[in-house]
Amino acid sequence: MHSQNYFWNYLPLMMQIIVAVGLGCSMVTMSWLIGRHRKSSVKLAAYECGVPAEGDARGRFSVRFYMVAMLFILFDVEAVFMLPWAVIYRRLPAITGSRMFGFWEMLVYLGFVLVGFFYIWKKGILDWAQDKGDL
Amino acid sequence: MTANFQLLRILPEVILTIAGVLIMLIEPLLGHSTSRKPLGWFAVLSVFASLAASFAQLGMAAGTAYYGVIQTDAFSVFFHVLIALIVLVSLLVTIDTANANTESLGELFALMVFGAVGMMLMTSATELLLVFIGLEISSISTYIMAGFRRKNVKSTESSLKYFLLGSFATAFFLYGIALIFGATGTTDINAIASQLGTSAVPMFATIGLGMILIGLGFKVSAAPFHVWTPDAYEGAPSPVVGLMSTAPKAAAFAVLLRIVYVAFPALHAHWQPLLWLMAAFSMTIGNLGALRQQNVKRMLAYSSIAHAGYLLVAFTALSTDGIAAASFYAMSYAAMNVGIFAVVSHASGYDERLSLISDYRGLAYRSPLLGGALGFFLISLIGIPFTGGFFGKFYVFASALHSGMVWLTIIGLVNSGIAAFYYLRLLASAYSKPTNNALLDPMPRASFALLLALVITISGTLILGIVPGQILAMSHNAAVSLTSGIANPAPSATHQ
Amino acid sequence: MTSTHSLHLWLLPLVPFAGFLVNALLGRRFPRALVTAVALIATLIPFLQVLGIASQFSSLSLPHLEQFGTWIAAGSFHADFTFALDQLTLVMLLVVTGVGFLIHLYSAGYMAHEDGYWRFFAYLNLFMFFMLTLVLAENYLLMFVGWEGVGLASYLLIGFYYTRDSAANAGKKAFVVNRVGDFGFLLAMFLFIAHFGTLSFSSIFSQITAHPELHGGFLTAIALCLVLGATGKSAQIPLYTWLPDAMEGPTPVSALIHAATMVTAGVYMVARTHVLFDRSPLALSTVAIIGTATAFFAATVALVQTDIKRVLAYSTISQLGYMFLACGVAAYSSGVFHLVTHAFFKALLFLAAGSVIHALSGEQDMRVMGGLRKKIPVTFWTMTMAVFAISGLPPLAGFVSKDEILYHAFTAPGPGKLLWFVGLFTAFLTSFYMFRLWYLTFFGENRAEKAAAHAHTPASSHHAEVDEHHHAIHESPWIMLGPLAILAVLSVIGGWMGWPEGLGGGNWFGHFLAPALASQHVAEAGSNSLEVTLALISTLVALAGWFLAHLFYFAKPELPEKLSVSLRAFYNLLLNKYWIDELYGAVVIAPVLFLSRFVLKGLIDTGVINGGSYAAAYTTQGMGAIVQRLQSGNIRSYAGWLALGAAGLLLLTYFGFGAHLSLR
Repeated sequence: MHSQNYFWNYLPLMMQIIVAVGLGCSMVTMSWLIGRHRKSSVKLAAYECGVPAEGDARGRFSVRFYMVAMLFILFDVEAVFMLPWAVIYRRLPAITGSRMFGFWEMLVYLGFVLVGFFYIWKKGILDWAQDKGDL
Repeated sequence: MTANFQLLRILPEVILTIAGVLIMLIEPLLGHSTSRKPLGWFAVLSVFASLAASFAQLGMAAGTAYYGVIQTDAFSVFFHVLIALIVLVSLLVTIDTANANTESLGELFALMVFGAVGMMLMTSATELLLVFIGLEISSISTYIMAGFRRKNVKSTESSLKYFLLGSFATAFFLYGIALIFGATGTTDINAIASQLGTSAVPMFATIGLGMILIGLGFKVSAAPFHVWTPDAYEGAPSPVVGLMSTAPKAAAFAVLLRIVYVAFPALHAHWQPLLWLMAAFSMTIGNLGALRQQNVKRMLAYSSIAHAGYLLVAFTALSTDGIAAASFYAMSYAAMNVGIFAVVSHASGYDERLSLISDYRGLAYRSPLLGGALGFFLISLIGIPFTGGFFGKFYVFASALHSGMVWLTIIGLVNSGIAAFYYLRLLASAYSKPTNNALLDPMPRASFALLLALVITISGTLILGIVPGQILAMSHNAAVSLTSGIANPAPSATHQ
Repeated sequence: MTSTHSLHLWLLPLVPFAGFLVNALLGRRFPRALVTAVALIATLIPFLQVLGIASQFSSLSLPHLEQFGTWIAAGSFHADFTFALDQLTLVMLLVVTGVGFLIHLYSAGYMAHEDGYWRFFAYLNLFMFFMLTLVLAENYLLMFVGWEGVGLASYLLIGFYYTRDSAANAGKKAFVVNRVGDFGFLLAMFLFIAHFGTLSFSSIFSQITAHPELHGGFLTAIALCLVLGATGKSAQIPLYTWLPDAMEGPTPVSALIHAATMVTAGVYMVARTHVLFDRSPLALSTVAIIGTATAFFAATVALVQTDIKRVLAYSTISQLGYMFLACGVAAYSSGVFHLVTHAFFKALLFLAAGSVIHALSGEQDMRVMGGLRKKIPVTFWTMTMAVFAISGLPPLAGFVSKDEILYHAFTAPGPGKLLWFVGLFTAFLTSFYMFRLWYLTFFGENRAEKAAAHAHTPASSHHAEVDEHHHAIHESPWIMLGPLAILAVLSVIGGWMGWPEGLGGGNWFGHFLAPALASQHVAEAGSNSLEVTLALISTLVALAGWFLAHLFYFAKPELPEKLSVSLRAFYNLLLNKYWIDELYGAVVIAPVLFLSRFVLKGLIDTGVINGGSYAAAYTTQGMGAIVQRLQSGNIRSYAGWLALGAAGLLLLTYFGFGAHLSLR
């Protein structure tokens, strides 16, 4: 219960952080100090796997890509929530003291996910073909 | 305890959630040109139902539910009712203000209702993680609502800024929870106080508390975490500003009260001076900032910073009177601020035709009703007796001085003197003859929804000022119920 | 304590309030006669009721309390809607309702041709409501309601009635300066709660009387806070600057609010709280010194003003100074006595000045008046009574009350003689500037006619207007002259009820107030011969002022010009009111504005600097503008501020206060 001990426990972690940060920093500094710098136009060009770079790096994508990506993450995370529930499902009656409580809870949860799904569907977010200029 | 009985403890939230989900289900099914206003009225009804449910909770004994993460007591009911009323008025104002340019209005109603759920959860949660979830529900709803005028650049900017800075602040809050868990091994607000004594690393708890203060300080826009406020309020739709300047703040204040008085009374030597500083800075910066504003919404934004400061003054009192004063002030501030934003919303419309103080010239001639209401709310914000604004301040400062906060009281009183200056500017503008004839067009007729909103806010402000007995008693009960569960109260928390 | 039969005191303020509601909500659609009727009846009823109360006053057990319910009950502290009636209240009620009714009557004539007639009367009735609340209140909180309410009504009447910007600014100034005073009042209330746990007069005073050992200390702190409040409301140094500007309001308002009633609230409050002040010699001498200094200072400024209403405004400040002086030497009943007589003659002065202004169709500059004696004889004679009264010529009202104050100052311990001397000199100045006003307005030749006869060139529209109307100089209608006549009579005989014993009178007024204002201070016993001597001296002084004014403004009108040239610096000092407004501007307002700018610039609030122009430019640009704005460092600097604040807070949490929870 001595706080000194408490922090000493983390000494290895501290050492590792120092080594990692030190290594990274020293590598960058060393190459900057030791390496030769010849600034030609080729050397300063953007590096694209050896082929000549084309166009602006800041290309624009349709917002629809982002929407889909975001929705994917949302539903993904929502699905992930079911995993711990499934793992612990058999023990739920014992924990909650009610036989069906865990089951109904998950049903409510899925209901909400479904409502969200219904909503984006009806709003036409998943509809690639239709031009929704205001999106 | 049966599940049904437990459900009663979260019944107000459940009602609103169901209503919000229904609105969301109906909204996409309606045609493009169909009026969404019935959805708004449905939301209003659901808020009434939720209010009734909150009052019903008063009849039950105070207690916890769902493994102790929810606690309903006089304190939570007080803030439930407050939040429900704010959302009710905001819905009405939205119904009044929305026009043909408003897209997907149903979403706005649903978001308001969902936001209310989050805020309500915050006030009754006794588990820090649940507090965090409530905070996120309410914040995310507010972020979206702030940017609801999607075609308007300022609205989008407002939303983005609010979101970016808001997530920054929420991160502090979450990290604070983690540190407190590290120090005490629990995130149960009611258990922290007793665990604190046995903690191996009390320093973590202190820092964690500091981080929570940062996160909540941001939510209530207390200095020095107020920088986002003027920009966010300026761009967001006016009815939404009325909501977001009051309800999330009330909820955050409730959480702050619960955390500092229930979980950390033992650390009051740490948080009291911090809140003292935050109160003094908020009042001063808010009032000085408002002094020179030309834009009405920015001015009101700074004024809301100042009012957050007044409210924080009550926190430093370390007494049940102080808690009651803070709760009471939250209510009176809400009444007048939501009211003034109702006026601003209707006067400037959904497209925000009026933005500068000079645009309000002659408002009283264009619409005596709006002019009168504006004058009334400004008088209350200044703090003239017989209005809620006066009595709220009176109670706050009386409790602070009673606890020996002489300097803070003086700073506060000086500030409320300065405040008169900029409120009067708006008042004088509204009542002077317009120089520009274009500003003389009569206002659009006030709808039933607006009248209802004004009746609620004006009568609320008057009741809080003239016959506050009932509400004072409520806030006092709330304060008592909050402090009664304290295992190890702060030395001065018990004296009155 | 409540006597068996109720006097229905609640009706007193509520009837004017009902009048306010009716006129405010429906007055727009009413014909003027109906608006007038509502407003007049709403003030006449309280007046009659007060007369009724006065007639059965001797049968009441005093103080007579009437409670109408609990206002606030929070924990141990509670405040009630309670009205109290005692001798002091009765005197104030008579003044407020009596003079108030007369001025309402007068306004019906004065305002007959103005826009916003209904609003004006609605506000006047609102003022009566708050003033009566202030006077009747039995606790400080309720008194504060009236206190703030009269300030609000005054703001509305100064600023809202006219659409001029100067009027709006004057109203704002009055309000904000009064907020400074309110600061003191509020602080005093909080201290009362902290120390006595109540705001009720009777309970605070009985607690103080029950503890004879309480002396000075926090009582002084409370008393000084109250004094600050009183200086705001009663326009004393250092918070007097709003009153001259308040003259922007219509003249009846100046008469009612800024002369007879509201500005005396500070005096009333000090008298009401005399139990507390008696225990704090420091606070008492502060009051006396503030009063004397204000009386003298304002009188000097009044010497050179040319606007007839401003002369009267400074005169009001000066006379209020006398009342403070009286309170400061613990002669509270003398202060209240002067309050009453002042209400008569100063209301009369303002109303008569209003009649002059009315006759001249809005002209207020005394330099273009003159020779009005014959044209408006009734106004002239009534105003003469008021001028004689305020100058302190026996046996008029002003002489009696002012002389009593000077007598009490003379016999007061400490620096009483000095206070007396300054007071006496101020009396001389008062007499001088009042007779100056009298001569400039009513005697000599009509300078407006002269100016008009000379040429039609004067640049100011003022003169052009006068030119247009000058031959239409007319006496006011009887609805205005009636109140003038009544007040003139009161200015003459009003003082007799307090005729001092030393001069063969009974001082009925002083004895009447004695139970309510019983002071523990025992002044040096003065003798009758001393009182006679002092009275003689002040009479001579008043006559000297008259003589000098006669010399300057009647016999040799070129003298003032010469004098102002030879004493240029001094004259300018007075003309510019000692540059106090400018001083406050530089010392108080400029720093606040600077700080405000600092707060905004420091936090990169661009919204205020560019105002609306940037907003307009914004909406026309697309998303690019947002990106620009976000990248312009705005949001990063916001986040930076946030992070800085967070770091500061965490450091404070950890190091600032957490020293005792060591890291180990």
